[in-house]
Formats: sequence, C-alpha cells, structure tokens
Amino acid sequence: MMDEFIQEFLIEGSELLDQLDRDFVELEKNPDSKELVARIFRAIHTLKGTSGTIGLKKIESVNHNGENILSRLREGKLSLTAEITSALLSMIDATRQLISSLESTGQEGDLDCSAIILTLSEILEDRKNGAAASADDTSTVTDASVADPPQLLGEILLQDGAAVQSDLLHALKTQQTGDPRRIGEILVHNGVVPQTAVRDALRTQEEAREEAVNSNIRVDVILLDKVMNLVGELVLARNQVLQFTSNQKDAAFLSTAQRLNLITTELQAGVMKTRMQPIGNVWNKFPRIVRDLSNSAGKSVRLEMEGTQTELDKTIIEAIKDPLTHIVRNSLDHGLETPAEREAAGKSPEGVLLLRAFHEGGQVNIEIADDGAGLDLDAIRAKAVERGIISPQQTATMSDREIGNLIFLAGFSTAKRVTNVSGRGVGMDVVKTNIEKIGGTVDISSVRGHGTTLKIKIPLTLAIIPALIVTSGSERFAIPQVSLVELVRLEGKTAETGIEMIQEAAVYRLRGNLLPIIYLTRQLKLDNNQNRLASDAINIVVLQADGRQFGLVVDEINDTEEIVVKPLGKQLKGISCFAGATIMGDGKVALILDILGLAQGASLASTSHERSSAAKDAAATDGRQGESWLLFRVGDRGRLAIPLSMVSRLEEFDPATTEFSGNCEVVQYRGEIMPLVRIADVLRLPTQAAREGPMQVVVHSDGGRSIGLVVDEILDIVDQHVSVTRKAEDARLLGSAIIQQHVTDLLNVPALMMSMSGEGRIA
Amino acid sequence: MSATQQQFCTFYIQGLLFGVEVQTVQEVIRHLDMTGVPLAPDVVAGLINLRGQIVTAIDLRRRLGVCDRQQGELPMNVVVRTSDGAVSLLVDEIGDVVEVEEKNFEEAPDTLASKSRELIRGVYKLDTGLLLVLDTQRSVNISATAAEAGSVTH
Repeated sequence: MMDEFIQEFLIEGSELLDQLDRDFVELEKNPDSKELVARIFRAIHTLKGTSGTIGLKKIESVNHNGENILSRLREGKLSLTAEITSALLSMIDATRQLISSLESTGQEGDLDCSAIILTLSEILEDRKNGAAASADDTSTVTDASVADPPQLLGEILLQDGAAVQSDLLHALKTQQTGDPRRIGEILVHNGVVPQTAVRDALRTQEEAREEAVNSNIRVDVILLDKVMNLVGELVLARNQVLQFTSNQKDAAFLSTAQRLNLITTELQAGVMKTRMQPIGNVWNKFPRIVRDLSNSAGKSVRLEMEGTQTELDKTIIEAIKDPLTHIVRNSLDHGLETPAEREAAGKSPEGVLLLRAFHEGGQVNIEIADDGAGLDLDAIRAKAVERGIISPQQTATMSDREIGNLIFLAGFSTAKRVTNVSGRGVGMDVVKTNIEKIGGTVDISSVRGHGTTLKIKIPLTLAIIPALIVTSGSERFAIPQVSLVELVRLEGKTAETGIEMIQEAAVYRLRGNLLPIIYLTRQLKLDNNQNRLASDAINIVVLQADGRQFGLVVDEINDTEEIVVKPLGKQLKGISCFAGATIMGDGKVALILDILGLAQGASLASTSHERSSAAKDAAATDGRQGESWLLFRVGDRGRLAIPLSMVSRLEEFDPATTEFSGNCEVVQYRGEIMPLVRIADVLRLPTQAAREGPMQVVVHSDGGRSIGLVVDEILDIVDQHVSVTRKAEDARLLGSAIIQQHVTDLLNVPALMMSMSGEGRIA
Repeated sequence: MSATQQQFCTFYIQGLLFGVEVQTVQEVIRHLDMTGVPLAPDVVAGLINLRGQIVTAIDLRRRLGVCDRQQGELPMNVVVRTSDGAVSLLVDEIGDVVEVEEKNFEEAPDTLASKSRELIRGVYKLDTGLLLVLDTQRSVNISATAAEAGSVTH
C-alpha cells in the first residue's frame, strides 16, 4: 500500500508541475509580471515544503535553490534571463521525473540531479556577489514570508515591497491606540505608501479571498459512478411516480410530483457534469511542448487556444491525450516552416498553431490548424502509388481531400527526414485508430502553402451514448447511433418483393447497390412466435461496421434515446453480438447490440449454414446433433420437432383463406399456391375440438417448392444436442428424443413430402 | 460466532435444502422482471435491474440439471458476491438462516449425479434434514459451458 500522503502528493505535485509549465511559458512572454513570479514561487514552495515534510529529500533539495532564486526574482533582486528560465525548467523536468519514478516504484529513484542543483546554486551565488548591496539576503525562505496567499493588507504591502516593516509597525501601533482608520488609510496619510500601491494590495487581497471561496475538493471517480447509478434509479422511481399522476386528482400530490420531476432532472444533469472536465486539462501541456520543439527546431511558433473550457467526459479526455499530442508534434515538425522559409513564402516569420474546441450537435469538435506549408499532395500521391496503396489510375479520380486522408493509412509517413519528434513509423494511423476507438472521426484538409487543418469529432461521453431502440421478437435492443447510417421501411408490395435471395443470402437493392440483409430474429435465434403477416412492413436498419454496410431487419423501430452503457457479467462476455446492456425508462434491461460482432457472426453463421444445407440429405436419416430445433404442438398432446434449418418461415393464416386444389388443401402464399399438410391428420394424432383463430403454419421450402405444415402451437426453439432414444416405426418420423424433459417426436420432413406427393399421385 | 460454527443462508430447489455462507450473500429479493439474453447458455435465465446495476441471473435448477420450474412458479433471487461481481441465483423458495457446527459436516456422497456433485461442497446433517452446501463460485462459473454452447450454435 502506498502511503496516503505520498498518494496525495503525487496528485498535487503533477498538477503543480503542469501549472508551472504553463506559467513559465507565459512568464517568458511577460517577464515583468509580478503576479506570475509570485504564483510560480508559491507552487515551488509548496512542492518543496510538502516533499520535505513527507521525507522526499531529493525533490526537496532540487527545488530548494530554485525557490530561493524565485524568491529573489519576486523581490526584484534578480531579473529573469533565458538562462534562469532554462535552469528552472530543467529543475521542473527533474522533479517530474522524480515524481513519476515515485509513482511507479514508490521510490524517488537514482536520477542524478547534482548538475541541476549546481547550475541553480551558481545562478544564486553569481547574483549574490553581483548584488552584494542586498545584505539582508537570507539563504532559506521561511514559511512566514510566504504566507500563502497573504490575507492581511500589511503583509501584502510588505511582500510587494511597497511598505517597510517599521512603517507598518508604526501604523499598527497608531491603530491600536484607538485610531478608527484602516491600515491602508493610515499608511497613505503618513505618506509612507502611495495611494496606488494600497489599491493594488487591496485588489490582491480580494483575489486571494475569491480563490479561497472557489476551492475544489477531490472526489473518487468510483464514488461519482455510484452516485450516478443512484441518480439513474431515482429517475426510474420518478418515472413511476409520474405514471401514477395520470389517474390522481390530488392537487398537492400533483404539484409534489412535478417538483420531484424537476429536481430529479436537475440532479441528473448535475451529476453528469461532475464527470466532465474542460479540454484545457489536456491542452495545458501543449505550451511547453510547443516552446521546447520550436526552440530545438529553430522555429518561431505562436500557440493559440480557443474553447479551453469545452467539457468532455473524463474517460474521453484520457483517450484523446496521446492522439492530440501526436498531432501537435506533427504540425510543429512537418507543418510549420522555419522563419526563413516563411519569409521567403511571404508569410510572417512567426507560425501560428491554433487549437479550437467547441460543441456541435451533441459532439465535441476539436480543430488543430497551422498556417504552415500544407500537405504535399503530390508527394503523398507518389508515396501511395509507390507503396501500392492505390493505383496510378486511381490518383487521377481522387479528390484532394481523399488524397490528404491517405496519411491516415498504416505505415504512411512522408517525412523527408526522421527527426526525434515524428516519422518513427508510429504515425497518423495510430491517431485515427485511437480516435475511432472512442467513437470519433478525424478528417484532414489542407491548402498548399497556407496550412493544414485537422478536424476531430468525438462524442461527449462514453458512458452515455445516443442509441436507436428497436424491437425484435418482443425484446428491445439498443443500436449505438455511431453505427447507424439510415432507416429503410418497405411497405405493401415492396415488403414482399424488396428483399431478394441469392441462395441463402438475403439482399436488398439500396439505390442500385446490393445491401446484405441480416434478420435480427434469426441472428439471435429469437422466439418468433408472433409472426408478422406477409403484408406487414419490413424495417431495415442500415448499419456500418468495419467499413462495410449491411441491413438489419427488425420487427419495429421505436425511438432514439440516450442510454447509459453498463457492462455484461463474465458469464455473457463470450457472446460477441452484445456490447453491453442498459436500463430503459421503465426499469427493464435492454441489450446493446455490438454491430461489428453481429456482422461477423452473420458471415460465420452463413458459412455454417451452407455446410449444414450441404449435409442436409445425409443427415436426414440419422439423429441430428447439436442443432436448433423448432418445437411445436400438434393435437392435444403431440410434441414434435423439426430442425430449424428446414424452417424457412413461420406464418399465420386465416382458416377461411384455405382453398382446395384437387383433394389437397392449399393456400395462396407470396403469389404461389402452397400445399398445406395437417400434421395431426397425417400422423393420426388425437385432436379435440377445432381450433379457433388463425392457423399456425411452418413453411418449409426445398428446391423452389414450399409446403406448409399446419400445427396447433409453436412452442419453442431449442438449441440442444438431440439423440434419438427410440426408433420410429413410421417412416415419416425420425424417432423420438427427450427435449426439455418431454418426449418429442422428430419429424422427417423429406419423407413427409415424399409421402404427400405419393398420395397425390394415387389420387 | 465460534470457529466451529457457521451461518448459512438457506433456500430450496426442488425440495432440497441448499445453503451458502451468509457472508457471500449480498441480498435476497423477490422475483424481478428479467430480460432474456439470446444465444446465452441456457443456465443464464436473464438480466435483472438491481437498483441500477445489471446483474446476471443464473437458474440453479438448470445449473444443477434438474427439471424446470412449473409455469407460473416464480423464482426468488439470492444475490451473491463473487469474484466477478454480483450474480443472482434463482431458487424456488427462501429458507431461514441456520447455524451449523463443523462436526456435522460430511463430504457429498459419491452417488450424487456428477452435475450436482461438482457444485455441492458437502453436506451438513441437521436435526431437520440435510443441508447441501453450494459452491457459489463454481455455480456462477459457466464460461466453459458457454464455450460449449457457442460451439453448438455456430
């Protein structure tokens, strides 16, 4: 177990270091800012102080001299030079290394910091000798002089150097002797401090107070998740209460329910917000990266950031950290030119890198734009052809944007030289994969000579996603909106003929292109009891997975909803069709479909299906193993099963629609005449009174001919290893087996069809 | 509680008295609506919403290989803590919490059906009958069975 204090220090320390990076870059631009120096000083003082308290000697000693330098900078006894900044930055880097070693190993590690300490103390010594006039130099900073942040006006004035101790003491004495005036007034009156200094000090005091008021607390994310779950439950309870309101007249109850409704909604929004973090948290480290890289490459770059307050879910913030860093590095390395090149191109010597974030349509857009050289499309084209990614003919028809997007392909790097920054093979393809992993997209556009812009779109959160709710086989399923392309509804005539078959594969002509069709009920082997009539509309959800489109046929399309994604238990992890589960508004659980898994499962299923149909004849006579069986009831007690692979559809017909052709009962089905076989009659199973309501028909198709088996009730579809325990005397039965603890006869459909046509011949 | 005594939360499955250690039981709740999981092994009865947490329900009758409940008979949920989070075990009826003594423990007899034997850690001889100790971890560990079922469906 890591020490609690060290744990605290790790969090606080890395935050302080991030802030220091930012402040130093800022300080280089405004070397005179007293406020910045004071802030840096406070941060380093805290770092040093805390590390000293919990016994981290190395961090303490590295920061010790730095603190003294900053103390002198603050007092104006030193002025900031590039040399000092670099020395302090290397001190911060060393501290960062020590902290990260502390995090991974629990030890400060054996990093040699003596050179840094030496440089810092040399700076200190140097100034000491140079500015010998300041005799009251103290070698250590005492805690009293830091007073973090100062509260009393006198202390602030002392710190700013506006007042001296003796004047202040004098003024305090005056106050104690009964002078009702404020300390500032007395000092101004005595003429020892100018009016403006007091005003400045008052402002500092005000800011310090505000800082104290706006303080934050740290909360464990696990606790937040727990609270979020509870809020989810509250929402459900609220929904139930609201349902009661519809048949209640009590005004007091109604208004209370209404208030509960409003409060719950607000609470939900509030809890969601706690998981959000401004994107600025990621961007904070970019000023330093830009400074270091542009210095080492001899480039002059100005970093601009817009929309740092744009908020994103914490998990997404983590996920985009590395891709964004890579893109920024890329822009600095390949995009922006050296000042000389820029001037030659007629641009200002200073390049601009703009980071912009904003919300749009429930998504967060991030743009990384530079005004550099832009993409060399010709080079990309040549490279792509050389690598065999595209053919020379293709390049002619590709748009500039398409060419630009080629850089996202694996192993593509046009860097003329390999630098220590980029061009090491880990390229934009990794960026693209990482962004797509969290459901985002990335696009690049570029104008030669004017710059490159990368546009990233990512969802606000992974925990809550927009989803389309569909129903199939009386169960609801959620389809993540990111995979959704469009919805197609086939009605009337097109519902019957729209979906065409290529052997076993169903396809639909979507604007002239063949769209493979998957039936959700078949894919998930759902109970298909309440069968639709042939005239019903067909709903196709067009989805995109792995760059391929396919259509998913569902019974019903309900609505789009924001759903909270929850993981499935270990017992169900093996099923690739589901990405998780969610709780619907009525408190019931619905499964979230994994579109990729579903598509893969479909192609898998179709290969095994082909196999099974090839083996159909061979398997027809012996006991089938491990297949899906359709169970149905015939007559009063007859339980029969046929292999599901022999069932093409389950239908319901109105008994009044049957007709006779010869002595054979037929029905008009999809424009054809389909003979019906009443299993109860054929097998002479006892039947009591005639059934009411529609006829249940199992349609079997073979070689273009269909036959309808009339049964009394569809019971179930089971997946089980079936072994024939009793051979049958009747050739139309394969035998009997025990399915679901009941004796079940297995119907031999081919034999049944044969006997039918035999009877027909006799007649 | 002395070292030789232990408390068991008991329940009935097809007339037999089963028990799990009280410490492993998170809660016992009446029947909840379940959402079936297509393609799942048949011992998985479905998913339940346990105050915002989605919990897998395992039908102990199927797990033990005994016949299904009659239609209309609603099972109870015994939610147990396992190494993979909470899992609900569906049982016929809930019994009392009983205290047993170590000296009354015996291994399960060899004549028990193999499917039950693997899940029953042993038997406590009570005055009123026998208490079968259920191994919760093994009861919820069905990934092997799932793989089997998977090979059949594909």
